[in-house]
Amino acid sequence: MPSKPDQSTVTDLPAEAPNHVLEFPGGYTRSVGPVIGRFLSELRDGRLVGVRTQAGKVLFPPLEYDPDSGEAVTDEYVEVGPAGTVQSWSWVSRPLKVHPLDRPFAWALIQPDGADTALLHALDMGVLEEGAEAPRYLKTGLRVRPKFRGRGKRAGSINDIECFEPEVTMINAPSRLEYELQGGRALDRFLEGVSQGKLIGHRCGVCGQVIVPMKGLCPKDGVPTTEEVELPDTGTVTTFAVNNLPDPRAPEVPFVSAYILLDGAGLTMLALVAGVPADQVRMGMRVKAAWRPREEWGKTMSNIKWFEPLDEPDVPFDAIKDYL
Amino acid sequence: MSRDVAVVAFVQTRHTAEDTGMSEVELLAPIITEIKERTGLRRFGFTCSGSCDYLAGAPFSFVSALDAVGAWPPISESHVEMDAAWALYEAWVKLQHGEIDTALVYGFGKPSQGTLREIMTQQLDPYYLAPLGVDQVSLAALQARAYLERSGAKEDDLRAVAARSRAAGRDNPFALHLDDPGDAGYDVAPLRPHDIAADADGAAAIVLATGDKARELCERPAWITGIDHRSEAHLPGVRDLARSDSARIAGEKAGATGIEVAELHAQFTHEELILREALGLGDDVTVNPSGGALSANPVMATGLIRIGEAARRIHDGTASKALAHAASGPCLQQNLVCVLSGENNG
Repeated sequence: MPSKPDQSTVTDLPAEAPNHVLEFPGGYTRSVGPVIGRFLSELRDGRLVGVRTQAGKVLFPPLEYDPDSGEAVTDEYVEVGPAGTVQSWSWVSRPLKVHPLDRPFAWALIQPDGADTALLHALDMGVLEEGAEAPRYLKTGLRVRPKFRGRGKRAGSINDIECFEPEVTMINAPSRLEYELQGGRALDRFLEGVSQGKLIGHRCGVCGQVIVPMKGLCPKDGVPTTEEVELPDTGTVTTFAVNNLPDPRAPEVPFVSAYILLDGAGLTMLALVAGVPADQVRMGMRVKAAWRPREEWGKTMSNIKWFEPLDEPDVPFDAIKDYL
Repeated sequence: MSRDVAVVAFVQTRHTAEDTGMSEVELLAPIITEIKERTGLRRFGFTCSGSCDYLAGAPFSFVSALDAVGAWPPISESHVEMDAAWALYEAWVKLQHGEIDTALVYGFGKPSQGTLREIMTQQLDPYYLAPLGVDQVSLAALQARAYLERSGAKEDDLRAVAARSRAAGRDNPFALHLDDPGDAGYDVAPLRPHDIAADADGAAAIVLATGDKARELCERPAWITGIDHRSEAHLPGVRDLARSDSARIAGEKAGATGIEVAELHAQFTHEELILREALGLGDDVTVNPSGGALSANPVMATGLIRIGEAARRIHDGTASKALAHAASGPCLQQNLVCVLSGENNG
């Protein structure tokens, strides 16, 4: 135990080379007897066996006697598991040298299916960095299975099981399809403008509103539109969302995606808002496009990285309430 | 039929978190001298000690500790490789035989010389547990989770035990003086550093005496009205870790009722809660006024100190009935309960 009682990092004391070592060279030879011997032999073959008590329970790992009554067990060996259930566990975030795993892991009491008692062993929860806390899905009741060492590496020892691992409950399925998309002529014309640093919209001949990016028709009146209008790259946030899942287009998590009403436009467009902490973005906030350097421009909306705050007073809600 | 036996004197070292450079014998000699002076006894009918050779990594290292006692001409002596509370039990049994009327019991430990949590792996079953390298704190943490999940107690309840123990320990000149529990992360989850006993180097000694001899040596002897120890199965997977049946039975056999003060050998905060429940100690019982093992854990003397601390409260009249508990083995495998009273029942 740590000698400084609030020291949370466990170190293998003594830190320097010891001046005294207690060791039995070559290890200590022990007889295992017929009961534990049967268990270890089966384990070497890759099987888990328990032993039945006179009371009918299956003791695992087997003992020569029933811990409840002290009676000798029967000679009936029962294959159990290999799957089992975690009964209790402790979490080692900084393994000691003597521990079986060199990354954070759990000690677990594991009751294999068909057994009435539990085995203590290490439970590997995957690749975790030193000091990591237990994954949330590690709970009493977790279903686990033994990870046996290879046949030639098993020696008839409790360590023939390298560790236990959680049962498979999830897979990761690769998913990818490839396309060549056309945005349509109106969008093509809009992106042509963007490639020159301009935001072009269409004015509707019926209602007069400017639609940006234009679609070649007014979604309100259902009539074709052709009159081009160039809009400034400033606007107002009408509404927004804070996103906590990473996106390759966003600089970091959390990021803000917002509907922006460009000055002079009658419809909002979807864009990222950055350059301001996510929790300071507001409805009615004035913003301006942040363009990439001109030499990086192409025929793509990514010429605009995102919108950034303008040092202007917020627009009152009444002025944007019809554009939400 | 039993002879009346009382704790008539108790002495302990000022326990230290770090190695002060003193050997085990050097730790022991001053307290053996002091307890001889206090009782006026130079020789005892029987001497019994408790210690663990693995703490120093030297077989039969307990033998050299006898130098502190003065064993010539030859004395009647024995040793347990356990906490010295079990040495006291052996001495109590020896006193029941009726041939002697005094016994010296002592225990000592210097965990600072090695890594206790790993050394304690040596006490585990060599087939199923020790080869895994599972250490003492990892095993205790398994029991802590089993208890928390069964009882519904929270980690804050464990913290409260640590806070109360440390506050009490700061009033105990022999304990380590530790700050209130901080916000340290987990050691082995769900245990945090403050949930774990404060390992220390130290020693303690007790003198037992029978009947009139006890009255002669002590103004208010702490009579042992009941003492019992019980063990459970060794493997943690074949018993209910969330409860301590062995402590419960030992408490019943020792007559643990009407207790005012209890000194519990809880090396982890959750062990105190399990023991309180097993021993039926309600909120009206003062638990570990010394600060307990959470404030000073001179391994192998810690359980004996519980008996000494409980007896001290009988000696000074602050309690008329006190309980002392000692534990051995992983996860409270073995439990000893000793009930002490100011009233001579004989």
